[in-house]
Amino acid sequence: MSVAGRGAVALRVRRRLGVLLPLAPFAAYAVLFLGLPTLAVALGAFQKHSGGWTLNNVRLASRGVYRKGFMTSLELATITAVVPAVLGVFLAYAVHTARPTSALKRVVSTASGVFANFGGVPLAFLFIASLGNTGLATKWLNSVGLNPYKHGFNLYAFSGIVLVYMYFQIPLMVLVITPALEGLRPAWREAAHNLGASSWSYWRHVGVPVLLPSFLGALLLLFGSGLSAYATAEALTNGSVAITSIQIGSFLNGNVISGQENVGKALGFGMIVVIFFVMLVYATLQRRASRWLQ
Amino acid sequence: MAAVASRDLGAPLLEAPAAPSAPGGRRGRTPRVWRFVVLLLAGLYFLVPLYAALRFALKTSQGRTSITAFTSIPHQQGFMPAFTLSLRLALVTTVITLLLMVPTAVYVHLRLPGLRRLFDGITILPIVIPPVVLIVGVLQVAPRRLKGTPYLLALEYAVLAMPFAYRSLDAGLRAIDLKTLFEASRSLGGGWFKTILRVVLPNLRAALLAATVLTVALVLGEYTMANLDQYATVPVWIVSFDQDNSHVSVAVSLLALVVTWVFLLAISSLGWRRSRRAVRAGLA
Repeated sequence: MSVAGRGAVALRVRRRLGVLLPLAPFAAYAVLFLGLPTLAVALGAFQKHSGGWTLNNVRLASRGVYRKGFMTSLELATITAVVPAVLGVFLAYAVHTARPTSALKRVVSTASGVFANFGGVPLAFLFIASLGNTGLATKWLNSVGLNPYKHGFNLYAFSGIVLVYMYFQIPLMVLVITPALEGLRPAWREAAHNLGASSWSYWRHVGVPVLLPSFLGALLLLFGSGLSAYATAEALTNGSVAITSIQIGSFLNGNVISGQENVGKALGFGMIVVIFFVMLVYATLQRRASRWLQ
Repeated sequence: MAAVASRDLGAPLLEAPAAPSAPGGRRGRTPRVWRFVVLLLAGLYFLVPLYAALRFALKTSQGRTSITAFTSIPHQQGFMPAFTLSLRLALVTTVITLLLMVPTAVYVHLRLPGLRRLFDGITILPIVIPPVVLIVGVLQVAPRRLKGTPYLLALEYAVLAMPFAYRSLDAGLRAIDLKTLFEASRSLGGGWFKTILRVVLPNLRAALLAATVLTVALVLGEYTMANLDQYATVPVWIVSFDQDNSHVSVAVSLLALVVTWVFLLAISSLGWRRSRRAVRAGLA
């Protein structure tokens, strides 16, 4: 390569870097406060408390109560992703078909923003007041002879956590799927009907295939959110339920056996690995989804 | 990562209702029946706990009906310190978030639209990376001096607020013709900074408000990190105070939810009125 050519390349590189320069503050912030802590947990998973490398943490974290906790977490995340995703898509569609200026639309969209965003603690307390041992809804159900606690329901255990998680997962679904629903053009529906398609075959051949990547992407997002939730479960059960996020928290609270200080980080590393694969699939689905929705 | 979650995770209310969307509902009676059923069930599921909480909060421990649970909130042991701490954190977090996200979002929209998908992807991460994992890492790597102050929480809350703040701003930026605004301002001699301050920000008013309210809501509701970093913010106080008087804890929870909701509704009606006016102006 000639000297002049090299100079041109250097200039182009410098110009490209110059274009990216204003992004530096954001990039630095994300690296410092998101990247670095995550990396620290991942590295800590393979380190002894006294220093030096070990696989012991990971070994301990994949056994016994921790293994069980991880399985419960995955089960919880799956249930609280699939059920709210399905319910949320119906709710979003019901709201979507309302007139654009209707009060219903505004109430639901703002409520979704608040409920999906607001921490789990207030939600947990709303449910304790309604479906706790002496809650109002429990009393109503009891008076018609349907005591939920006699039918295997317990607000302070797995079934209760599932119910309360849905309270923020459904709104999250409504928020993330609404743009996709808005991408369904009325013209497609009209075209299908003009070609003689029934409502059902429109959905079967047009609506569902177009929405599917977005739906699956949203499902994965909900899975991640359900896996990482901590506050609701902690507030409801006082940390007695064995799921991974609670177990990690208890390591920070100082309930640690000597020699196991970094097992919490190994648990965190396990979650990061799961999230990594979830996001990988999510990115692929997004690329597909964007084909129709631009 | 454009389509799902790209637009309005934080601010579905900001989307200009200009697109004439009438996909269903007008055809026959069946859609109306299932719509009614879906909305009824959702209404029950979301409103019964709110109603039950209200009834519970309006009872005293002696079983009488009274509003003391609400009126006595400021006088409860430990509430005011928790409340002021939460407010301070909310203020700092909002400042950090806006200073960081507004220039970045504007710049990406203006100069690097090709990176929008990448940014959608990065800013979604804090939703899926467990806060409990994040705080473990933060407490490990943070310098000692930062660990001694509650503002470490604000620095991390700015990360947690990213998904919602970025999406609010993104939705707002899509709704305006940023490029034309910028070129007009530049040709009139406005510099970058002045253009952002005097031209872009006023046009983003609703988006900025929504981002702010959602950030404040997040800070006021965040429990995981505050609890594990051992600072008594409002949510941490709610949980610990439950042992003393659960009626008050429920009352605070309810107030926090409803007040945030009302704020967002007010902002959204502001946004709607403006866009409706715009539509009318366009027709005239």
